[in-house]
Amino acid sequence: MLAGITLTLASLWYGKNHGLMPVEASSDAALVDGLFDTMMMIGTAIFLLVWGVLIICLFKFRRKPGDETDGPAIEGNIPLEIVWTAIPVAIVLVLGIYSFDVYNSMGGFDPDAAGDPGVQVAMLSEGGSAMPLMDAGAPKKARHNHMALGIGASPDEIGITPDVTVNVLGMQYAWIFTYPELGITSGELHLPANKNVRLNLKAQDVIHAFWLPEFRIKQDTIPGMESELRFTPTRVGDYPIICAELCGAYHGGMASRLYVQSSEDYDKWVQESMPVVENASQTAADLDKLAGSAEVGKNRSDADYLVSAAHQMGLDPQALEQLHPAMPHDSGLHASL
Amino acid sequence: MTTQAEMSIAPSAHAHAERKWWHYFTFCEDHKVIGLQYLVTAFFFYAIGGALATAIRTELATPASDFVSPNTYNSLLTLHGTIMIFLWIIPAGAGLANYLIPLMVGARDMAFPKMNAMAFWMVPPAGLMLVLSFFLESPQAGWTSYPPLSLMTGKVGEGIWIFSLLISGTSSILGAINFLVTILKMRVPTMTIHKMPLFCWSMLATAGLILVGTPVLAGALILLAFDLLAGTSFFNPMGGGDPIVYQHMFWFYSHPAVYIMVLPLFGAISEILPVHARKPIFGYKAIAYSSLVISFLGLIVWAHHMFTSGTPAWLRMFFMITTMIIAVPTGIKVFGWLATIWGGKISYNSAMLFAMGFIAVFVIGGITGVMLAAVPFDIHVHDTYFVVAHLHYVLFGGSVFGIYAAIYHWFPKITGRMVNETLGQIHFVLTFIGMNLTFMPMHELGLMGMNRRIAFYDARFTSLNQMATVGSYILAVSTVPFLINAVWSWMKGAKATDNPWNALTLEWQTSSPPAIENFEVLPVLTTGPYDYGEHPSEESELPPGASPVLSGSSSGS
Repeated sequence: MLAGITLTLASLWYGKNHGLMPVEASSDAALVDGLFDTMMMIGTAIFLLVWGVLIICLFKFRRKPGDETDGPAIEGNIPLEIVWTAIPVAIVLVLGIYSFDVYNSMGGFDPDAAGDPGVQVAMLSEGGSAMPLMDAGAPKKARHNHMALGIGASPDEIGITPDVTVNVLGMQYAWIFTYPELGITSGELHLPANKNVRLNLKAQDVIHAFWLPEFRIKQDTIPGMESELRFTPTRVGDYPIICAELCGAYHGGMASRLYVQSSEDYDKWVQESMPVVENASQTAADLDKLAGSAEVGKNRSDADYLVSAAHQMGLDPQALEQLHPAMPHDSGLHASL
Repeated sequence: MTTQAEMSIAPSAHAHAERKWWHYFTFCEDHKVIGLQYLVTAFFFYAIGGALATAIRTELATPASDFVSPNTYNSLLTLHGTIMIFLWIIPAGAGLANYLIPLMVGARDMAFPKMNAMAFWMVPPAGLMLVLSFFLESPQAGWTSYPPLSLMTGKVGEGIWIFSLLISGTSSILGAINFLVTILKMRVPTMTIHKMPLFCWSMLATAGLILVGTPVLAGALILLAFDLLAGTSFFNPMGGGDPIVYQHMFWFYSHPAVYIMVLPLFGAISEILPVHARKPIFGYKAIAYSSLVISFLGLIVWAHHMFTSGTPAWLRMFFMITTMIIAVPTGIKVFGWLATIWGGKISYNSAMLFAMGFIAVFVIGGITGVMLAAVPFDIHVHDTYFVVAHLHYVLFGGSVFGIYAAIYHWFPKITGRMVNETLGQIHFVLTFIGMNLTFMPMHELGLMGMNRRIAFYDARFTSLNQMATVGSYILAVSTVPFLINAVWSWMKGAKATDNPWNALTLEWQTSSPPAIENFEVLPVLTTGPYDYGEHPSEESELPPGASPVLSGSSSGS
C-alpha cells in the first residue's frame, strides 16, 4: 500500500519534472509535451513496478544454500491475469484517444494539408462521373483528390489562409527557403512571432526530413511529393533546423536556423532581403533564379549553386564540391522544380 | 526416459557414428552441429558488428567528424545495422532453434535435415560478401536503404548489400519451414500442443512471421536491384516511381523482423526462469498464445516507422492503435515472468542473471515503444537518438541478453561441461552497466534534438555522447570474460551431469552432450514441461529411474 503510494507519487513527480524536452516554441509543442509527460508518468510507474519486483526477488527469493526444494507450485491465477491484461488495455485506449486528440489539435487531420488548390481544380474537372453524386452544390474547395501529408491547419484554422507561406526545398545538403509573396530566397528561415505559418515542403534529390525540435514537428520531404507543416511560432528566438533523414555523406551538416522575430524585426529583415527586382509577378520563379546558374551551365553540379548559399550555412564550398562527384546530375534532377 | 549414463552410451543403430571436430566444418545434417555452426558463425559476425559499433562511438566521442570520413561513417552504420540484424541476432535465434527444437519435442533431428544444412551454409557467404564489401565499395544508405539515396551511393556496394540480404533471407525462410514442420509434426506422441515447451511456441510464432514477411522483403530488394542495375523506376521518382512503396514493402518485413529477433528469446526466457526459480511458469497458456498474438499483430504495425513519411492521417492513426495494442500481449509475458520468479527459490547463476537482466532492460524498450507509437510524440523523435536508444533497449537489452542467458543455460547440455560462474557474473555486470551507460543517455539526446546517422553533431551534446562512448567501450570489454569463459569451460570446465539444473523439458533427459540421434529410446512424457514445486500426488507417479527432478519435493511439506 505504502509502496503503491510512493510509486504513484514518484511517477507523478517525474512525469512533470523530467526536464528532457527542449523549450516549447509553439502551442503545438505544449500539446505534445503534455502527452509526453503523461506517458512518462505511466512509463515511470511501470518501470518502478517491474524493477521493484526484480529487486525484491533479488534479495528476498534467493535460494538458501543447501535448500534443494522447489518453490510453491503456482501455475497461474486467472483473476490476476485478467487484471494485468485489462490495465494495459485501458492505458493503451487512453493514450490512443489522447494522441488522437493532440494530433487533431495540431492539424493532422486537415484534409487540405499539402493541397495545391490550383491542381485540385484541374483534377476535379477531370474527375468524371463520380463527382455529381457527391455534394454537387458544395463549395469547390472542400474537395481533394490527393493524399494530405504533414501537419495542416488546426480545426479552428481550417479555411483561413495562413499569414505567411514559405516554400522549403531540401537538397543535398541544404535547405532553401523561398517566400513566394515577397520574392525572397534565403538559406535561413525567418518568421514573425504569433503569425500562422505554412511551410510547403519539397525535396529535390533524395528524401530529407524537415525537423524543428523546439516546435516538435517533423515531416519528410520526398522527391515528387509535396507535404506541409503549419504552425504558429509563439516564442522569439533562434532555433535549429535539422535534416532527420539520412540523405548522404554530409547529412550531419545539413542544418539551418529558424529565426522567430518580433514583427518589427521581421519586417526589417524582409526589407533588407527583398530582391532588387521589384516586379512581383516574376518572383514566383525566384527559386529558378538560384538554380539558374545550373541551368545556364548545363555541366555544373549541385555544389556549384550551393556555393552561393554556403557561407550562410557555415560550410566550406570546397567540402561541398568533394562530396558531390559521386552524384548523378541528370537533367531530370530538376524536374521537380 | 533417460539414459543414466552407464559408462558409455548403449549401442543403437547409429552408435558407431561419433562426432568429430571437423564435422563442424562440413555440410553436416545433424541439427546439433548446425545449431552450433549457426551460433559460432553468428558470434563471429557479432564481433565484427561490435567492432563497427565501437568505431561509430569513437567517431561520436567528439562533435567534429575526425575519426573517419563522413562516407566511411555511413558505411560503418550501414554495415553495423545490417550485420547485427541479419548475421547476428537472426542466425543466433536460428541456431538456438536448430539445437533445441528437436531435443525439446523428442525428435531425432529436424524434419528436413539437408535443407537445414543448406540454410546454414547460405549464411557465411552472405555475411562474408557483405563484410568484405567494406574493402571494395561498401553500402552507405543505412540498413533501411531507402531509395532514391540507395540508388545514388554506389552501384557495387548497394548491389552487394541487396544480394547478401537476399541470400540470408532465403536461408531464413528455409530454416523457418523446418522449425514449423518439426514443431507441428515431429513431437513425441505424448506431447500434446499444450505440453510443448514455450520455446517451441515462440518459434512457431517466429516461423510464421518469417514465412509471411521475408518474401515481401525479397520482392522489395529485387525491385530495388532492378532500379539500381537495370535502370527501371519502381522506386525512383526521377522516372515516376514511388519511393514510399519501397518503405511499405521494406517495413512489412522489417518490423516483424524485430519480433523474429526477440520472440525466440522470449521463448528462451520462459524456459530459463522456471528452472532456476524452481516454480512453474505462471500462466502457461497466456504466455504461449501471447506469442501468436504478437506474431499476428506484428504483421499490421509496420507503418509506424513511417509516421513522418508519405503517410496520410488515417494511416498514421490506424498504425498507432495497432502498435499500442502490441503492448498488451507483451505485458502479459512480462507480468507472467515476474509472477513466475516471485516467491521462488532463485539460484543467481549467470543464466538467471541474464534472464532477469533481460526483463529489466527489455521493459524500458517496451515503455519507449508505446511512447513511440503515439503519433504526435513520434513526429518529434522519429529518426533521432531516442529511437536509437529504444531499438537498442529492445534488440540489445532484449535479444542479446536473451542469447547470453540461453548460452549460459544450455552450455552444459551443448558441451557437457559447466561454465565458470565467476566469469559469467563479471560478464553480466559489465554488460548490464555498459548497456545502460551506452543507451540511456541517447534517450535525452534524441529528445533534445540530436538526429541519428550523423558523423558530427552540435557541441552541446558532447557530454552525453561521451558517456555513451565510455559505455560502448565497457560493452566491448564485457565480451572478453565471456569468450574466455566459453572457450576455457568447453575445454577444461567441470563435467556436467545430464541434467545439472534439474529441469523437466526433454532436452535435459538425454546425455550431455546429446548423442548423435538425441535419444536412445524416444522419451515418454510423465510431467509437463514446468511442473516444478510440490505436487504431493506426483511422487508416486514417477517411474523408477526417472530424472531426479522432483526428489527434492519430499522434504517440503
